[in-house]
Amino acid sequence: MTKVFKRIYTYNFLLPAAIVYTVIFIVPTVMSFFFSLTRWTLFKWDFIGLENFKTFFQEPSLSIGFKNTLIYAAVTCGLKVVAGLLLGVFLTGKIRTKDYLRSVVFFPVLVSTIAVGIAFGMMMHPTTGLINTTLALFGIEGPDWLGDTRIALLSVAAVDVWKGVGLATVIYIAGILAIPEEYSEALQIDGGNAWNKFWNITVPLSRPAANAVIILAFIGGLRSFDLIWAMTKGGPGFATDVIASIIYKQYQGGFYGLATAGNVILFLFVTAIVYPLSRYLTRKEVDL
Amino acid sequence: MSKPRKFFALLSSVLMLSGLLAACGGGSSDKENESSPSASGASPSGSASVSASAPAPSESQEKVKLTLLVDNNQDTVIYTKALVDAFQAKYPNITIETETRPTGSEGDNFVKTRLATGDMNDVFFYNSGSLMQALNPEQNMIDLTNEPFQANVIDSFKPTVSINGKIYGAPVGSTMGGGWFYNKKIYAQLGLSVPKTWAELMENNKKIKAAGITAMIGSYKDTWTSQLIMLADYFNVQAQVPNFAADYTGNKAKYATTPAALRGFQKLEETVGYYNKDFLATTYDAGLKMLAEGKGAHYPMLTFAVPALVQNNPDKIDDIGFFAQPGDSADQNGLTVWMPGGAYIYKNTEHPEEAKKFVEFVASAEGVSIMGTVSKPSGPYAIKGAALPDDTPQVVKDMLPYFDNNQTAPALEFLSPVKGPSLEQITVEVGSGKRKAADAAALYDQDVKKQAQQLGLAGW
Repeated sequence: MTKVFKRIYTYNFLLPAAIVYTVIFIVPTVMSFFFSLTRWTLFKWDFIGLENFKTFFQEPSLSIGFKNTLIYAAVTCGLKVVAGLLLGVFLTGKIRTKDYLRSVVFFPVLVSTIAVGIAFGMMMHPTTGLINTTLALFGIEGPDWLGDTRIALLSVAAVDVWKGVGLATVIYIAGILAIPEEYSEALQIDGGNAWNKFWNITVPLSRPAANAVIILAFIGGLRSFDLIWAMTKGGPGFATDVIASIIYKQYQGGFYGLATAGNVILFLFVTAIVYPLSRYLTRKEVDL
Repeated sequence: MSKPRKFFALLSSVLMLSGLLAACGGGSSDKENESSPSASGASPSGSASVSASAPAPSESQEKVKLTLLVDNNQDTVIYTKALVDAFQAKYPNITIETETRPTGSEGDNFVKTRLATGDMNDVFFYNSGSLMQALNPEQNMIDLTNEPFQANVIDSFKPTVSINGKIYGAPVGSTMGGGWFYNKKIYAQLGLSVPKTWAELMENNKKIKAAGITAMIGSYKDTWTSQLIMLADYFNVQAQVPNFAADYTGNKAKYATTPAALRGFQKLEETVGYYNKDFLATTYDAGLKMLAEGKGAHYPMLTFAVPALVQNNPDKIDDIGFFAQPGDSADQNGLTVWMPGGAYIYKNTEHPEEAKKFVEFVASAEGVSIMGTVSKPSGPYAIKGAALPDDTPQVVKDMLPYFDNNQTAPALEFLSPVKGPSLEQITVEVGSGKRKAADAAALYDQDVKKQAQQLGLAGW
């Protein structure tokens, strides 16, 4: 009796969280798998099998969407990993205004993404924006950052990095501070310089931090939406469409079943990329 | 941690992250106009708000509170307030609480969600035509076919709010034309005249550009503005192919294979290169400002821009004129007309009689004249016998000859429920020279298929 009670007793603590998780997460997820197989107008639905998936894959902008999603995820993730590491090393070094600078770097993370998007959108205006008027002072004619289809996606990615690098830096700082001092002492005894320390101690031993940054930034990049929507709405034309913005436009058009099918595909796509990536990265971690 | 548990941990975190994305879509309603804190539909019995504060002695009827949902367009908010104030003065027992919603497709979803969750306001203003058809009127709105006030409504409006022979709405305000605004000062300065054919129009563009003036204003940052040339060409399509709308709805005619329809995309393609340099970063509001200040000669737009032009640049309104988008032959020159939005009553309203009184008021000559005091009409009213106010700007009067000579056609979206969601992206590509007209038309034909299937039309 007591044994059973003890078992149930512990599960009781799980219950509140489990109920919330089930009601607002598991149930809608299962329902979305169902609605992805229907033509759904919010007022009624017709079961149409895999028709939505077929339509989704025939979407003309889809190939651009997949390509852009991968480019965006890779570019933002790569830059955040490198810039985050460098900033992390810098901000754990012996500098005076360390605390102040740490807050400055982290600050953009706290600002609303939409506000950042709108503000940068104005700064990137080709004729009246701050960036191009500043460049004009030096006699440089700046490009149309968000209007030129060749660079629009990279302009948005740059803003994403500006906004997200603070989080990466904080994770790196935690990782670097967790490296025991003994390693540096051993290095000093062996006569290593600062570069040796960075390359042979900091980089390999902050690997768990790097992995966290890579996974977070990559997932963030794959499902990026808010910043792109605030800055370009997937435009000009379809030039900066990512999978999430294609789905959102379908939802806006009232194609709820189709948009749900798109979300199911996005979910499978993200899982298919991130699960092996995370497996691979965790295997490479070293114990401190 | 064992392998499978790790997998599930990862799986669920991925799920949660994609859940966050889904949550981004929810728009929030603007409740700034709501005078009292009680949310719409929150009062359980609704009818009896027995506040003894209103001391109208003759009043024997019980007090009723209606809720009204309108879009948050500057002009809409202004005339709605005038309408509501006048209505409340006329019917002291009815108070109306106005709530605003976003415009555009965000607003479409707002309305659809409210209807689907049974949370709709008693009366709501919404587009007529294809957008209204997508709201499932038979299930969501009260049938207004037999209301006496329908006698006041012009006949051409009624089909745009009807389904299966039943009328579900009444017009709110004036019709509008889709065509070209032009700056008269620039025209006078260069000795140009209003073009009657497309070739003449392009000739004017060439001369304006040669004079070093921006020939056309593009405001593609607001992508919907890029569709105007293509949509405003419908008069010319119908003049050459009278059956196009019906065949198009029945999946028998296509943009790519009907030369007259394809012309709309081709015309847009021909304008490439005449726009202001920063047209991809220019907004609709900035476009209007450029037009009023004479920084651009032409602006293809709906005349619903007139009230905003008058409000923001009252001294410049006489510099602006308007003409219909010309066709290829001078003797087929007419205007594509957009119908006003409608006022609809929610099926499950608790006060259908009071709601009908309000809708009747909106669609009466009296209501229209009240709107006219605060907001300039964008074209003739959709109410019989409602004359345009005397101080109507000339730019609106420019439209009247087309109406008087019966040279008008409704835009396609009022004749067919089929309208593709990606048109604005496609026209941005055509207008910025990234996609050829024929290719764009084919892509759009593919795009509308989704909409037709969603509506369950026959033949798709």
